[in-house]
Amino acid sequence: MAEDEEVPRDAEADGDATTSGEDTAPDDAPKTAPDDVPEPPPEPVARRGRGFNGVLAALLVGLLGFTIAVQIRSHGEEALDGARTEDLVRILADLDAQRSRLSDDIAELRQTRDELASGSEGNKAALERAEELADSVGILAGTLAATGPGIVLTFVPGDDPIRAAVMLDAVQELRGAGAEAMQLVGANGSKVRIIASSYFAESGENLVVDAVTLAPAYTLTAIGDPETMATALRIPGGVEDTVKKDGGTVIVRQPGTVEVTALAQVADPEYAEPVD
Amino acid sequence: MIVAVVALAAGIVLGVLVDVQVPLLLQPYLPIAVVAALDALFGGVRAHLDDAFDDKQFTISFVSNVLVAALIVYLGDQLGVGAQLSTGVVVVLGIRIFSNAAAIRRRLFRA
Repeated sequence: MAEDEEVPRDAEADGDATTSGEDTAPDDAPKTAPDDVPEPPPEPVARRGRGFNGVLAALLVGLLGFTIAVQIRSHGEEALDGARTEDLVRILADLDAQRSRLSDDIAELRQTRDELASGSEGNKAALERAEELADSVGILAGTLAATGPGIVLTFVPGDDPIRAAVMLDAVQELRGAGAEAMQLVGANGSKVRIIASSYFAESGENLVVDAVTLAPAYTLTAIGDPETMATALRIPGGVEDTVKKDGGTVIVRQPGTVEVTALAQVADPEYAEPVD
Repeated sequence: MIVAVVALAAGIVLGVLVDVQVPLLLQPYLPIAVVAALDALFGGVRAHLDDAFDDKQFTISFVSNVLVAALIVYLGDQLGVGAQLSTGVVVVLGIRIFSNAAAIRRRLFRA
């Protein structure tokens, strides 16, 4: 652009389609011949177009560079701005389809999550219920040690030994008064958990409870409402009276919290099966 | 030639440095206009190498190239074939740029 050619050749300058198309193949031969003639004096003659047109051309080229840079940058930034309506519609449709797919995915995953959560909650609740049930059944069956409010009775025999029937009466009386767990401890240290199938027998001066021999005096520990149980034992003609009649003594203590630590062996039922 | 290179470089630098948003109205036409201007630029370079460059001619061809390209795209958009017509314009201009580049190459490297 700096050098101006005296002979304007429209075919070259604007890259006119028809002429330049012809020019591409047979370029060298015809062009060089006429160009060689005015080449030596280009500088002095070049002043002609230098002024306004030259500045304009330079400005246009500068504008081109500017536009290229701006276009490249804006295209990199927001490709959607320059997009056509149909392209936008297509992009929108694509995005809609993608969104609905993802929404389906979300719904599916939510459902799975809820199922898992409720399942685990259900499992947890069932487990808690089962554990509670196992605890209460274990206490009833005598396979679990128990603690709680209760009373401690000490049967001290007088001249006559404590008879098994008296001890059974005491146990029944305590059960009637709401005792939930009981154990009987002999002076020889043997202890027996009193459960539904416990039996009481006599062996000389000793008591045999569930095949365990207990030596007097006996300590009966019962968990339940202390007042009710103590009252039940004191009724006229009740356990205390009977023991006193035989010359023995029943000492009732209410130490607050008592512990029943003796455990019963529970055999699996041989004939009975649960009904589902 | 040197002035053109300097102007192009200055324009690019300016475009990179200055934060200009392309007006929404111009956005469909600017890429085509740039390609058309590139075509004019290559034609100018080739004419320069042929010692046949003319400022006035370059200016007119530059402006008319850009305007015609933009007009074609505008027309295509109005007719609903904007995307196809844009592609066509780009193809034609690309072929011209290639042929001009081939001529420049022949002139520069004699090959």
